[in-house]
Amino acid sequence: MNNFTYHRAPDTAAALQLFSDATAGNASPRFLAGGTNLVDLMREGVENHDSLVDISRLPLAEITELADGGLRIGAMVRNSHLAANSLVRQRFPLLSQAILMGASAQLRNMATTGGNLMQRTRCYYFYDTASHCNKRSPGAGCDAIHGYNRIHAILGTSSQCIATHPSDMCVALAALDATVNVSGASGVSGASGERSIPISEFHRLPGDTPHIDTNLRAGELITSVDLPASSSGLTSQYRKVRDRASYAFALVSVAAALRLKNGVIDDIRIALGGVAHKPWRASSAERMLRGAAPTRENFVAAAAAELAPAVARSGNAFKIELAKRTITAVLAELAAGLEGGGR
Amino acid sequence: MSANEKLQAVSLHINGVERTLTIEPRTSLLDALRDHLGLTGTKKGCDQGACGACTLLVDGERINSCLALAIQYEGRQIVTIEGLAQSNQLHPMQAAFIQHDGFQCGYCTPGQICSAVGMLNELRNGFPSAVTADDAAVVELDEAEVRERMSGNLCRCGAYVGIRDAIQQVYGATAR
Repeated sequence: MNNFTYHRAPDTAAALQLFSDATAGNASPRFLAGGTNLVDLMREGVENHDSLVDISRLPLAEITELADGGLRIGAMVRNSHLAANSLVRQRFPLLSQAILMGASAQLRNMATTGGNLMQRTRCYYFYDTASHCNKRSPGAGCDAIHGYNRIHAILGTSSQCIATHPSDMCVALAALDATVNVSGASGVSGASGERSIPISEFHRLPGDTPHIDTNLRAGELITSVDLPASSSGLTSQYRKVRDRASYAFALVSVAAALRLKNGVIDDIRIALGGVAHKPWRASSAERMLRGAAPTRENFVAAAAAELAPAVARSGNAFKIELAKRTITAVLAELAAGLEGGGR
Repeated sequence: MSANEKLQAVSLHINGVERTLTIEPRTSLLDALRDHLGLTGTKKGCDQGACGACTLLVDGERINSCLALAIQYEGRQIVTIEGLAQSNQLHPMQAAFIQHDGFQCGYCTPGQICSAVGMLNELRNGFPSAVTADDAAVVELDEAEVRERMSGNLCRCGAYVGIRDAIQQVYGATAR
């Protein structure tokens, strides 16, 4: 790991100021929260920052109720505390489930909400500095496309990058229509004050800029994540298919939430993990199913439509069928629970 | 810039004792303990947060010290395997690991024990796991719960059966 200067920020204003001061001093600063991904990336030489601004002690570790019945999660709420929070478990159990299926207890005790949003891919070629990777070194090429790509993306890929987004939490946030609130220092790259980014627009597809993971502007800091009340009260499930029973990244994961009314689907949310460069909201499937009967045939057809544009490489064709079957299985189980008088 | 310009005085509270050391900000908590303070009980396995050998407790919560920068943990209460025993009295989890042969080579053991102690704290605080039912009011530490909650600690000798038995014994004796 290269050496760096370290500054601990007591509050958001100080963090933004330290960041812009470092930038003005020709440093390339980075915010440091739980460190579970950033410290690893720097130790492996994948990222090299000469200045770190420690935001782990910002007073952003609260979960508060919004006026409409939604919740605001502070960016420094750690993953373990978020998953255990009673309001989250009551209103958004999908989020709690997803977080608990990610990483290990030790990592969840360190990792923060904001940091989880900023996680980078675990593509082997991205991590191996001897390999060619457009995400690590723009223009270098992609060794994954013709390499060992069993874990790689099948939707929304480009000729430059087939990496997947590694987070479980973010897949649930996508299904729940979360909003990411950020603060920027005035005058830095045009960012001024605060803005809110829908989760669907927070992460990016690779296109020809796979080195850019998110639509955050330089110097912007995630302060909180909002969960809208309209996403609570649905019956939901997060299912993760992986190589081990615990503590492994998703091959495919499905976050789904469902509400029936008069025997047809009134509200449905489906998001996929492990298949794309960002949490993949299955909008095509949702459109087909809204207003439709909750039958297995309809679920199969919707899943097929969603995966129709999927492109497989040499090692990951199995993910297309796996994604279809997992979507179908989760929706069928949710519907059966509702029709059977379950929750 | 030379390395010396990056040295910083860092004060860490370890096993009830305040320790001040002069380190680079890039020094991990694990390396600070082992290389700067002579506390070699905490082990370095993968050094990338995958094996759990470096697990210790911060304010009662288990973390991987290999992914922690020491400087981030100033002012926090750090407990390592060296700090679990009280005078000559082993911590109940240490005694249980001996009683149930919860190890073979012993390399993962400090991490396993610290992790297990942190895990019982999480149970007391009502933390769910991925195998806990959404509506569970009380978590029973059955086989599935132990396996899930301890999945961040690998044992390449395969002493898992003894580890599980040791943890369940301590849970049965103290946590309920």
